[in-house]
Amino acid sequence: MSEAILSVKDLVVTFGAGRTAKTVIDHVSFELHAGETLSLVGESGSGKTTIGRAILGLAPVSGGEVRFRDKTISNTSRRERRKTAHDIQVVFQDPYSSLNPSMTVEDILVEPLKVAGIADGRSRVRKLLDSVGLPADSGSRFPKEFSGGQRQRIAIARALALEPAVIICDEPTSALDVTTQAKVLELLRELQERTGVAYLFISHDLGVVNSISDRIAVLYQGHIVELGEAAQVTHHPAHDYTRRLQMSAPVADPAAQRERREQRLALFAAAGAVEPAPAIAQQPTV
Amino acid sequence: MTNRPTTEFMLSVTPQPTPRRRRPLIVRLLMKPEGAITIAFLLFVVVLAVFAWVIAPVPPNLTDLNTVNAPPFSPGHPLGADQSGRDILSRLAWGSQPTIIGALIVLVVSVLVGVTSGLLAGFFRGKAEGVGTFVSDVIMSLPGIVLLIALYTLTGPNIPAAMAVFGILVAPTYFRLVRSVVVNVRNELYVDAARVVGLSNTRIIGRHVLWAVRGPVIIQSAFIIAAGIGIQAGVDFLGLGDPKQPSWGTVMQDAFNNIYNNPVGVWWPALLISLTILSLVLLGNILRDELQSTGVRPLSNRSKRTLTRDSTARPVKAVPGGENVIAIRGLKVAYPQAGGTITEVVHGVDLDVKPGEIHGLVGESGSGKSQIAFSTLGILPKEAITLSGSIWMDGDDLLADGKRLASARGSKIGYVPQEPMSNLDPSFTIGAQLTYGLRAVRSMSKKEARAELLALLTRVGIRNAEQVFRMYPHEISGGMAQRVLICGAIASGPKLIVADEPTTALDVTVQAEVLELLRELSRERGLAMILVTHNLGVVADICDVVSVMRDGRIVEEADVESLFASPKQAYTQELLASSRSVEIIEEAS
Repeated sequence: MSEAILSVKDLVVTFGAGRTAKTVIDHVSFELHAGETLSLVGESGSGKTTIGRAILGLAPVSGGEVRFRDKTISNTSRRERRKTAHDIQVVFQDPYSSLNPSMTVEDILVEPLKVAGIADGRSRVRKLLDSVGLPADSGSRFPKEFSGGQRQRIAIARALALEPAVIICDEPTSALDVTTQAKVLELLRELQERTGVAYLFISHDLGVVNSISDRIAVLYQGHIVELGEAAQVTHHPAHDYTRRLQMSAPVADPAAQRERREQRLALFAAAGAVEPAPAIAQQPTV
Repeated sequence: MTNRPTTEFMLSVTPQPTPRRRRPLIVRLLMKPEGAITIAFLLFVVVLAVFAWVIAPVPPNLTDLNTVNAPPFSPGHPLGADQSGRDILSRLAWGSQPTIIGALIVLVVSVLVGVTSGLLAGFFRGKAEGVGTFVSDVIMSLPGIVLLIALYTLTGPNIPAAMAVFGILVAPTYFRLVRSVVVNVRNELYVDAARVVGLSNTRIIGRHVLWAVRGPVIIQSAFIIAAGIGIQAGVDFLGLGDPKQPSWGTVMQDAFNNIYNNPVGVWWPALLISLTILSLVLLGNILRDELQSTGVRPLSNRSKRTLTRDSTARPVKAVPGGENVIAIRGLKVAYPQAGGTITEVVHGVDLDVKPGEIHGLVGESGSGKSQIAFSTLGILPKEAITLSGSIWMDGDDLLADGKRLASARGSKIGYVPQEPMSNLDPSFTIGAQLTYGLRAVRSMSKKEARAELLALLTRVGIRNAEQVFRMYPHEISGGMAQRVLICGAIASGPKLIVADEPTTALDVTVQAEVLELLRELSRERGLAMILVTHNLGVVADICDVVSVMRDGRIVEEADVESLFASPKQAYTQELLASSRSVEIIEEAS
């Protein structure tokens, strides 16, 4: 694998201050290499989305640093930060709120180009739409005229507009139907092959993550509990928590699922106290 | 790189039915009778102000002692004359100008102050918001009229200054409105996306935020202008205006002082002021309807009945069902669309569930699976129309009799919803809600209910049931909330549970536990279940029989083993393939 383009070192993210301060990310380190897909997988409250937002400058970095190539990009000024727009882009989970409902698709796609000072933005729109498999005449329409999967394609096109080196995909398929999800994952793979973009892929679904990743980092309550090659993490998990994640995901085959369920129950019967989950939530989520 | 995937995508991208382009706002307003009338009247007032010098028969301050208190329709004085013999029509026409200018001053000042500060406070939050909110609260606590009277002692009769001060006094309404809209917009992901793309704050506000506040501000402005006209007339009426310059308020004051000699004189300014304010308020309401509604209205009960009449009268040959817990026959559900048409979303579905059977209803979003679940429970949204069909339970058609459906719900049919948190009332303890629900369907004392519920809570896997009984929903986790809801659903001893995506909102490890619980309960109590889900893994895990839904129809129904082993329909195969493409295939470990 080639050199690390994005490195996160001892990242700490704390929300609030004083007595109510809550550390959501606690000394997380990893590196993303050019052209690879590294996934962060974890359940709600694990902090996976926060890591993505911290890299994008949307969440406060209280400790450690984020470097892109040789430049520190955490805790820089807004003006300085904007220069990284070329390099790091994002696709969000919710394709409904990530597109401004009052702008046409063309305006949405031209916006990043305009900010970057690229004059012939409008002529590029057609190419962008084509690259994500949308009809060329989509430009004049509004987001509400598209389905969830199509909107996610528009969001991917926006992320691609500046030809970034890294795209942070924050649960890009979890709001989509399963058939649409398969197509969007296929598109992401195809775009990576063509452009060599690296993905930091954030998801709660170990299966989805396995299908797209080179490496996987498993997050649990703000810590990385396991990081390794995708095949190794999904098939031979080293950490108990990863094993639980793997065993808990049901498979679409009654016989195989029965077997998995029995394995899971046996595993927990052996582990004893691990299950069921703690009765009282430590961090009530709203 | 081959072209193959791209062409495949092209095929899959069927453009959504394009909604008809909406007409421009002004056209839509004029098409409504009340819109046309109010706009026409307001236009008339503007024309009156602009062309006062043409319309007014004589100068406003021309006194003619021959026509003192002339009645309406006397020659040269269509509306009569006042106690000094001045023509009322001329005075009102000339008085429109300062009235409108005054209202505009109120509008401009309040929009400038309120919208700007609201934008800044909502977008930057923190200190700006704290200070802004404090100042706006202070201003709102000031008595407006009293302040304007106090101002009079300082500036003398100076209507523009008074109106500017009034503008500041009403600015907090804009501040609050804009701030709350901006706070919401700021959390939209498209604002984050704009930040990531490199837009500066100014451009984000100009491009994304201002657009979102424009609708509410336009609506509010209609009300503010109305208030401005009212306040200006009031200030003039109290005698704080310039007596030399006519305005609607001064005309009113003159007429009022002279009411015993010329009672009709008061009518004209009063009518003009009230009609103008009424028009503005009405226009504001119409604007609100047009800018903030979807254009879809629920059908009236009468038109609903017309649509469903033929079906309810349909004779049923035999009571279907037999040993089934529930039997659905020919269920059709539709929703009204903008423009008065209706769209059918469920096209005649039949479904049987046997005792103790877990029946999976699987499909993608929009396939109609939740509509069937909600129909069974009688909790379809208000605008939904059940065109035809019957739901049989214990020999009765629940759809034919709303009362029967209501009494079955909660007693014979339990419900486990998708979002456990939003289905618990945050202001009551878990125990209170469960007790209330149970006692609504079974007559028992609070103490009995409590004992029974505690046992059930323990049964659904809550270990410290006594403690949880006293807790509020925000103190428990999502998985636990779902256990509580399951406990509530089975407490009344139903025969059937309708579970609508019961694990979608839960983490995968919690999902496995909740499914395990549902399976155990079904076995233990012989409970039948309709389980709505989009997840084929969940179906494989827990269901006995599966119905695959697409576009409002059941396309395939089979027992779970054969459906997964040999799916007949192409759509089922596609669903299975997509679902398996992201699965972790077992390796011998």
